[in-house]
Amino acid sequence: MFFDVDITMLVDDHAFTLQFVSDARLTALVGPSGVGKTSTLNAIAGLLRPRSGRIVVAGDVLFDSAADVDLPPEKRSAGYVFQDARLFPHKTVAANLAYGERLSAHSGSLISRDEVVRLLEIEHLLHRLPATLSGGEARRVAIGRALLSSPRFLLLDEPLSSLDESRAETLLVLIERLRDEIDLPMLLVSHSSAEVERLAGRVVTMTAHGPPGKP
Amino acid sequence: MLTPTEWTIVALSLRVSIVAVLVTLPIAYGLAWVIARRRFPGRMLLDALVHLPLVLPPVVTGWLLLILLGRNGVLGSWLYETFGITLVFNWTGAAVAAGVMALPLMVRAMRLSIEAVDRRLVGAARTLGASPLHAFLTVTLPLSLPGIAAGAMLGFARSLGEFGATITFAANIAGETRTLPLAIYTGLQLPGSEGAVARLALIAIVLSLGALMVSEWLVRRSQGTRAHVL
Repeated sequence: MFFDVDITMLVDDHAFTLQFVSDARLTALVGPSGVGKTSTLNAIAGLLRPRSGRIVVAGDVLFDSAADVDLPPEKRSAGYVFQDARLFPHKTVAANLAYGERLSAHSGSLISRDEVVRLLEIEHLLHRLPATLSGGEARRVAIGRALLSSPRFLLLDEPLSSLDESRAETLLVLIERLRDEIDLPMLLVSHSSAEVERLAGRVVTMTAHGPPGKP
Repeated sequence: MLTPTEWTIVALSLRVSIVAVLVTLPIAYGLAWVIARRRFPGRMLLDALVHLPLVLPPVVTGWLLLILLGRNGVLGSWLYETFGITLVFNWTGAAVAAGVMALPLMVRAMRLSIEAVDRRLVGAARTLGASPLHAFLTVTLPLSLPGIAAGAMLGFARSLGEFGATITFAANIAGETRTLPLAIYTGLQLPGSEGAVARLALIAIVLSLGALMVSEWLVRRSQGTRAHVL
């Protein structure tokens, strides 16, 4: 089982419960704005603490309130691609890519830097600072940075939003290739049903009231 | 250009101010970080205590330092008996007075720049494998560098101008604790030394302007041309 999540969260006075299991290579998390999709990704990455429950990804227990397990983010090996890219503004693209790579030197790397640079077509950006990148370029660098940190799974928060059609298509193809060529469980948050239909093997719908329905 | 007496005064002032800033810098940054990033009971009190030297009459700060660090003071007697260190009536005492007076300004500048660092970047660093300390050293610290430079500059300027706490705590001893402001004050007490006072005042202006320009240059070099100290 890739994802086994059963959590109750309280975010800004809004409480919600989410329970799903998925063994699809790419699982999509969908639902209206404010329902807690990003909070769920944050909880899986270890940036937000659920009130109670259990999070198991690819066999690793990341959080279990009953057993008092709560791994810090740096021990979870999440490759988190934030919606706002969140590149380090004082570091060049190359230094951003190297950030997680250096910290994860222990494990055999999933993909080499050269491959990432080629796959994401960011060779020409390596010496630039994040402030000079377009939205799509920053997104690609953020994906590369996450991939190079030797993640055990990927969290993608609306990776295609606010990109023009051709850019979105390029990234969509890229995510398909990552899904098919690299053996990494992925959890994708998306608003676009076309995107979800094309990418996801399993769709988890979050609703404002009651437990999530099945597709 | 400068007379030997003036050199003594300038060298002493610079030594006192530089030592005061260097010693206060890590303390101020630590306090700024705690106040900016941590939520704990007593945080407001800590913030108020840090700002105390800014709002108290400097003479009162000097008097409090005497009570605390004087030869018979609570900490002072311990320092003397354990390490043989005396702070009153010598240049290290002047540096302590200057550092304490500079602290609130340094903390304010650093706190603002730490608060301006997006905490979500720290979260991103953590997901990439960084420990809290590593994330601090590679993200928060470099991004708050302009605040450190600004704080150091403000602290240096404040130390250079320190008068009330210094004369109360460290006294006005020529060659030992008589910094620029104290020398100017001493000159004003003596009839016929208007020329000497004017020269010292000019030196003070040049030093302060120099400090401002150096820190602007430092910030520009580290952050590009968009950042400013003031």
